Amino acid sequence: MSNFWRNTYEMYRDGFRNMTVGRYLWAIIIVKLLIMFLVLKLFFFPNILERDYATEAERAEAVRDALTGD
Amino acid sequence: MDNLITTVDWSRWQFAMTAIYHWLFVPLTLGLSVIVAIMETISYRKKSAEWLRITKFWMTLLAINFAIGVATGIILEFEFGTNWSNYSWFVGDIFGAPLAIEGILAFFMEATFGAVMFFGWGKVSERFHLASTWLTAIGASISALWILVANSWMQYPVGMEFDPAQMRNVMDDFWALFSPVAINKFFHAVLSGWALAGAFVIAVSSYFLWKGSNREFAIRSIKVGAWTGLAGLLLTMYTGDGSAVEVTKTQPMKLAAMEGLYEGHAPQSLVAVGVVNPDKKWNNDEPEYLFDISLPYGLSILARHDYNAFVPGIKNIIEGVDVNEAGDTIYTVSYAERIARGKTAQEALKNYGIAMEQHDTVAMNKALTALEADYPYFGYGYFNNVEEAIPPVALTFYSFRVMVILGSFFLLFFIACLVWVYKSEDTFSKARWMQLISMIALPLMYLCSQSGWIVAEVGRQPWTVQDLLPVGAAISNIPSSSVIVTFWMFAVIFTLLLIAEVGIMVHWINKGVKQSL
Repeated sequence: MSNFWRNTYEMYRDGFRNMTVGRYLWAIIIVKLLIMFLVLKLFFFPNILERDYATEAERAEAVRDALTGD
Repeated sequence: MDNLITTVDWSRWQFAMTAIYHWLFVPLTLGLSVIVAIMETISYRKKSAEWLRITKFWMTLLAINFAIGVATGIILEFEFGTNWSNYSWFVGDIFGAPLAIEGILAFFMEATFGAVMFFGWGKVSERFHLASTWLTAIGASISALWILVANSWMQYPVGMEFDPAQMRNVMDDFWALFSPVAINKFFHAVLSGWALAGAFVIAVSSYFLWKGSNREFAIRSIKVGAWTGLAGLLLTMYTGDGSAVEVTKTQPMKLAAMEGLYEGHAPQSLVAVGVVNPDKKWNNDEPEYLFDISLPYGLSILARHDYNAFVPGIKNIIEGVDVNEAGDTIYTVSYAERIARGKTAQEALKNYGIAMEQHDTVAMNKALTALEADYPYFGYGYFNNVEEAIPPVALTFYSFRVMVILGSFFLLFFIACLVWVYKSEDTFSKARWMQLISMIALPLMYLCSQSGWIVAEVGRQPWTVQDLLPVGAAISNIPSSSVIVTFWMFAVIFTLLLIAEVGIMVHWINKGVKQSL
């Protein structure tokens, strides 16, 4: 079993070490995810109902009011 | 109200832009992963070093597309919570469950087997590597399944019950989500990815031939690409036929918009090419088309698999008129009545909320009974006139024709590639005009693929959830300025990603051109 984990670790380690085009791809992936989650999600895309209402009941009431024109 | 309209419009544009960008990456991953798996299978069976090199080249392009495209769909989920909060709440766990399964499956299957596929050469057995490549391809398709199930539920909401206390649709039959609408949509969308990837492989291989490089590599790749593309396209056409039948049953207004049809006939012809009349309204006598070439019986066969069947137009649907299989006129629920019953349902929901606050269970039950009676028409209560329930006809009509005409072109294209390349590899590899057509065909295939989604999504307007929640009610109470800001942020980010994708791919392809593959 320990061989399995060591082999898996080595596969990932060597895979990352031997990357060519992959280095650029990983850089793009990391920058993209950082922008998405640490900038866009955090500052520009709040969950409106979770932000404005504390409980599930309040959120349900807010949606009911919105959908029934109150 | 003006602010609400602009918020709705900007949010729709933002969602459309995000979805279109996302769909640039997804179909190539779906199809190219299968093509790579086929190539590796050939390499494994033939013990061929040439096929192994071919596999690794295309696998690198798959990696580039996968890496740039991965997680672009998460942006859509951000938009649900911010721009479409009423919608997000209203659909409850029905939308959440498939997306959660998709996230888990995508992570475990694609991350695990994708890692073996990209990093496992020489580290695992050839057989296990091949299995991992296939499982990565299958995992990508299964991920798509859950997204498409969720999308199909929006077009054909089944398997749920609305709970007015929670203000959510609660799933009561998970398996109902796998409706014929969902199954057709899944295969139609995923298999179209095979066709797109086939066109991609042929286009890139033709570039090699154009440059006079790696002829054998290009010819072998074109054969696999053309076979996969042809199989994908034929199956896409078959499932498209199934989708048309389902749309006729579940979203007849969408079908009428696809055809620009206002008054149906039995039998009903299908417009092959035409120009819709912009002055045509559902209730005036203007002609439907300024010009058209139609195929007799075409729409009757397409929509109802009966060459003599009646197909209702927009006016018929609004007036609640249809014709059954026996040829008798039948009356469905007219849109005027739907609007009235929708308003009754909304009033009942409002009364339910008041009764709940007062802990008046008798009044709650009375309101619930009234709500349940008219709930199937709930969303129509937001309209003041029937015209608001008609989708944009021209855009749906033209998108449908772009999809079908280009789809037909690609059927001939794949067949021509296969016949020619098997008949004479030599003349095929020297035909520069064919190589030029192959390269030009790639953007046309993307246009075809995107047009399909425009038909599906524009044709179902104004609904976010069919019959239950129109876009105007689904929107959050947020200023349009915030949506405008994020719209342009996304436009910039996605454009940069696309430039990066194309740049890295072109670099890698040119590298391949200069070396022996």
